[in-house]
Amino acid sequence: MSSVSAAPHRSRSRRRGRRWAWDLLGIALFVVMVFPVFWMISTAFKPDDEINGLTPTWISTAPTLDHFRDAINRPYFWDTVQNTLIIVLVSVAASIALAFVAAVALAKYRFTGRKVFIVLMIGILMLPPAGLIIPIYVVLARYGLTNTLTGVILTYLTFTLPFAVWTLRGFILGIPKELEEAAMVDGSSRLGAFVRILLPLVAPGLVATSVFAFITAWNEYIFASVILTDQANHTTTVWLSYFLGTSRNVDWGALMAASTLTAIPVIVFFLLVQRRIAFGLTSGAVRG
Amino acid sequence: MRRRRPLSLQSVARASVPYLLVAPVVVVIGAILGYPLYRLVALSFQTYGLPELIQRKGEWIGIDNYRSVLGDSVFWDVLVRTIVFTVANVALTMVLGTLIALLLVQLSAPVRVLLTAGLVLVWAMPAVVAVQVWLWMTNFQNGVLNHVLTELHVGDYFQHDWYASPFSQLAMVTLLIVWAAIPFVTVTVYAGLSQVPRELIEAAQIDGASPLRVFRDVTLPTLKPILLILTSLSIIWDFGVFAQPYLLIGASHVDASNYLMGVYIYIEGYAHSDYGRGAAISLLMLLMVAALSVPYVRRMVRMEDTP
Repeated sequence: MSSVSAAPHRSRSRRRGRRWAWDLLGIALFVVMVFPVFWMISTAFKPDDEINGLTPTWISTAPTLDHFRDAINRPYFWDTVQNTLIIVLVSVAASIALAFVAAVALAKYRFTGRKVFIVLMIGILMLPPAGLIIPIYVVLARYGLTNTLTGVILTYLTFTLPFAVWTLRGFILGIPKELEEAAMVDGSSRLGAFVRILLPLVAPGLVATSVFAFITAWNEYIFASVILTDQANHTTTVWLSYFLGTSRNVDWGALMAASTLTAIPVIVFFLLVQRRIAFGLTSGAVRG
Repeated sequence: MRRRRPLSLQSVARASVPYLLVAPVVVVIGAILGYPLYRLVALSFQTYGLPELIQRKGEWIGIDNYRSVLGDSVFWDVLVRTIVFTVANVALTMVLGTLIALLLVQLSAPVRVLLTAGLVLVWAMPAVVAVQVWLWMTNFQNGVLNHVLTELHVGDYFQHDWYASPFSQLAMVTLLIVWAAIPFVTVTVYAGLSQVPRELIEAAQIDGASPLRVFRDVTLPTLKPILLILTSLSIIWDFGVFAQPYLLIGASHVDASNYLMGVYIYIEGYAHSDYGRGAAISLLMLLMVAALSVPYVRRMVRMEDTP
């Protein structure tokens, strides 16, 4: 009798002991994974003598904002922020508008060619940008669009548009059909039902898709660096990639401050929509 | 007219609605992607450099570009290197990502939240920013990596140059890519783990199955579709990677000894203004990626049909 009652107790305490070990491993992993992000921010606030010393300090004892001041006062910083905002906002707004109507068609209608269209959208998203730079550069050059923001906006549509179609389709499918039908029974036209019922319900999806497309466009590097040749026309990622320059004495503090500034809008937006969007590319495989 | 054939007109109108709705996207994609792809095929059969770019007309040379590319040992070296690189990166990402997802299940709630938050933070880091941080951490003079490795007595890494050999360069790129790709895999696999039927696991445990057996015969079959999709996506992404190898190795240090396919096209096609030959390489690369994408796209479309 006693051995029966002792057995579960022993196994429970053993499990608790094992959980301690797993938790320690989990914390160690957290430290390793987050370290680069921590190191970026920590360096950005350090005075130069702490950065260039042979023994690193983990957190500065005399934090300074000098590097941030230096980074934003570098030539073209504000130009590139403005360029990036124009490019990203226009390409995302255009994508969402065009993609929304197409997504409605995919979610609400069965029609010949529907499957081909879907294959095309997913297929385009899989194309490596490096394989597209040459034809896009040559075509843009032909129409005098290289080194223009318009050229970059058109190019960004090649990925923001299929992405928005695919993601919005998922959000529209997620709305119960009964709601829309109920509105139609009430005597509304299809369009009326659509506007009054569907649009408010799909609004969070529209926001999430826009934000995610915004992030992808903000992070884009290769197209922008190929198309934009003048420094004043660069986007922030291209500006950051030239930050190091060729001098022997690298200003790591300013580079890390600039990196932090470039990453902040992305990180904030990403944390807002990660849960809603993360599973778009694996939808169907992961339910719930 | 309308009164005599109201039904047919109405039905034609109704049938054309979805086509009108997708038309704008089709037109725009055709113009910004379809036309360049058509030009890509044409370019690959032409001599097309800076003079031709200015005159907007290339000279037709048949399959000479392809003959030149396929006869070049650099192309085959780059192809093999890119395949090996992709296999290594995908394997590391998938194994580590899945292991961390399995670890998440074992953690107590606060540590699980902490680790998940950390992973999402890493996920959110823009690639170009991550490259700058990597350059700083692995810098040979006072990079923190050399300091930590020396302090931990892994060896003497004082002023060790991580970018001295092509293998070491690509190992650093791998470290960066795997670090950045783990969160997506872990979070997705962890979501998939919640679908594994708990009764099945408990039944297997009561029957005396070892944890390894439970994983192989209960957990793995449920996860299989997710793992397949994640592996396909990782293969496609890692094969076409550009910003990380180009910026981490450095514009002035990328050459035939360390090219990956994306960097190869950028340098030999775009930077050297040899658009015709670059187009031939691009087309070969796009065809390879298209072939790699077939299983993924098929799976996505099949799932789309059974919502």
